[in-house]
Amino acid sequence: MTVLAQLIAVTATMVAGGILFWFLGKNPFEVIRIIFWDPLFDENLSSYARPQLLVKAAPLILIALGLSLGFRAGIWNIGAEGQFIIGAIFGAGAGLAFYPAESAIIFPLMVFAGALGGFLWAMIPAILKTRFNTNEILVSLLLVYVAELILASMSLGLMRNPEGSGFPGSRNFRSYPSAHNAELIANTGIHWGVITTVFALAVACVLLQRHMLGYQIRLAGQAARAARFSGVNPAGLVIICLGISGSAAGLAGMFEVSGPSGQISIDFNAGYGFTAIIVAFLGRLNPIGIMFAGLLLALTYIGGELASLRLGLPSAAIQVFQGMFLFFMLATDVLVTFCLRWRSRMAI
Amino acid sequence: MKKRLFLAAAAVVPALVAGDAAMAQDKTKAGFVYFGPVGDGGWTYEHDLGRKAVEAEFGDRVETIYQESVPEGADAERVITHMALSGADIIFTTSFGYMDATNAVAARFPEVKFEHATGYKREHPNVSTYAARFYEGRAIIGYIAGSMTRTNRIGYIAAFPIPEVIRGINASYLWARKANPDVEMTVIWVYTWFDPAKEADAAQALIDAGADVVMQHTDSTAPQAVAQKAGTVWTFGQTSDGAAFGPKLRLSSIIDDWAPYYIDRVRAVMDGTWESSATWDGIDQGMVKIGEITDEVPAEVKAGALALKEAIASGETHVFTGPVNRQDGSVWLAEGETADDATLLGMNFYVEGLTGTLPR
Repeated sequence: MTVLAQLIAVTATMVAGGILFWFLGKNPFEVIRIIFWDPLFDENLSSYARPQLLVKAAPLILIALGLSLGFRAGIWNIGAEGQFIIGAIFGAGAGLAFYPAESAIIFPLMVFAGALGGFLWAMIPAILKTRFNTNEILVSLLLVYVAELILASMSLGLMRNPEGSGFPGSRNFRSYPSAHNAELIANTGIHWGVITTVFALAVACVLLQRHMLGYQIRLAGQAARAARFSGVNPAGLVIICLGISGSAAGLAGMFEVSGPSGQISIDFNAGYGFTAIIVAFLGRLNPIGIMFAGLLLALTYIGGELASLRLGLPSAAIQVFQGMFLFFMLATDVLVTFCLRWRSRMAI
Repeated sequence: MKKRLFLAAAAVVPALVAGDAAMAQDKTKAGFVYFGPVGDGGWTYEHDLGRKAVEAEFGDRVETIYQESVPEGADAERVITHMALSGADIIFTTSFGYMDATNAVAARFPEVKFEHATGYKREHPNVSTYAARFYEGRAIIGYIAGSMTRTNRIGYIAAFPIPEVIRGINASYLWARKANPDVEMTVIWVYTWFDPAKEADAAQALIDAGADVVMQHTDSTAPQAVAQKAGTVWTFGQTSDGAAFGPKLRLSSIIDDWAPYYIDRVRAVMDGTWESSATWDGIDQGMVKIGEITDEVPAEVKAGALALKEAIASGETHVFTGPVNRQDGSVWLAEGETADDATLLGMNFYVEGLTGTLPR
């Protein structure tokens, strides 16, 4: 049933998107081929685009995995973007502090610092919620903007490249081998962040299926009162869920800043933390679903870029297309889960 | 080892260039990477006009491709690589934040020419940088602003505290003060190049603080719309004419004209004469232009502004001519001394008289 619903959603997106592209004066079949086919199979592009798919999808999946735990338990961490930024700052800071020393211990230290940064940033809404019963949605979201300001301040001040002629932005990790999250196997796009993501996928699967914590999370989400009666500590659950999702986002930020992005800069964050919320829901909060959702969304980003580049499509058209996709996915989901019944006015 | 590889690559480049020239009958493909949407009415819009001018100039001999709204960082690197893979011969990357990405891609595609706007890194023989001396234009509109303000308070919406923006603030302030010694300038940092909502908020805050002329170093036209609503506040068009947006209270505008440079560089690729270079052109070369000075501006102020423009173009007046002190009171330029380009390119201080501190 759900598989069928997904097929319907994909078909509906293709049709509605095709009509949109047709109205923009493009050949809809060509646009859709470029978005979904060319990045994977075009002989000229795929050797570059396929690895890029992993690079783009890995942080989305890693963050979404962390978020899905909390979302299942009804704990809404909307501020993964902020935890992503702080994780990047902590990770980059740990690396830059040792510049220019070369040692094998620097990178693991950065990984730890990145996770710690995201964890600490997520603890602010967690503690405020458990102590003062504040709303974690608002607090975590607003902390994103605080994190952005800290990021700007870091790239202009403390972490600014001393050899950068006064321009904002840190040293580039590309030119600092010990701290560089480089591609591990040439032309595969696989860096430590991708490996961590695969590991996190396995952990999430086991946790949700086999572990007591996974059971408690699911129970708290489905029946909060029942969960309390069965001995689940709600405050503890808030701390754990926000802590895990914060650490995951922080790790993603750290891998991004030391690898693909390369440096702390004023607008280094490209919305991964927000997009990951979409990935989590597209994947129905299920680890395997999240993996496919992340890869699929990354494909629409990369393919969409190619389409707008090759055919001169406005970037907004691609965003509308992505929006349609999400809309149809969630809409069919609702129709599968709930039954529509038309009632006569009298009955109301 | 790395160095040797690099030299080998450098030796290959001339051969490839010669090959390009032989194939000059083929279409030359020029790619443009934009930070904002092409319809931003400012920075990206002007670059896109330059792209269209290239198409108009060469007709069938050229094909242009572009990508709008490209975030800085990892995404930019991917977009630039896609352009190179799609067969672009020359790629213009039009935002400061594309600097490292441009150089990284250039290393992998030695046969493609890269042109990075407003940056300073040219790590490979196939990378050029280009920028405009916007501060020359800012001196002129600063002069107009200083002459026009009745509250003696000019508001300034600034994007990021980088040398380019600081230069603009200093140039505007120095020349506003020449026109009106009592003038004060309030700067608001919005930490974005393009965000209509933030820019509108900043404009409103400046107006509430008593500014009756608002200058901006951001790309949207939102501040003009806010000023229009306030009714008695003057603004300037930024990087583009802006005539369509604030017709009533617009005093003048700075226009970036990239078309001649783009046409030159694409022609150089066609002819096989392209070489890495660092270009920094101003009013003299026509890269920076002052838009129409509107009827809001009295005749004598207009005449003064035009005379200043002539003097800057002819080289008679340098925008930064001593005596000028730094904000902390120390001497920057002695009487009659002019600023050198190196200091200007790395400018990280306010001149004396500006209030507030530079964000760190």
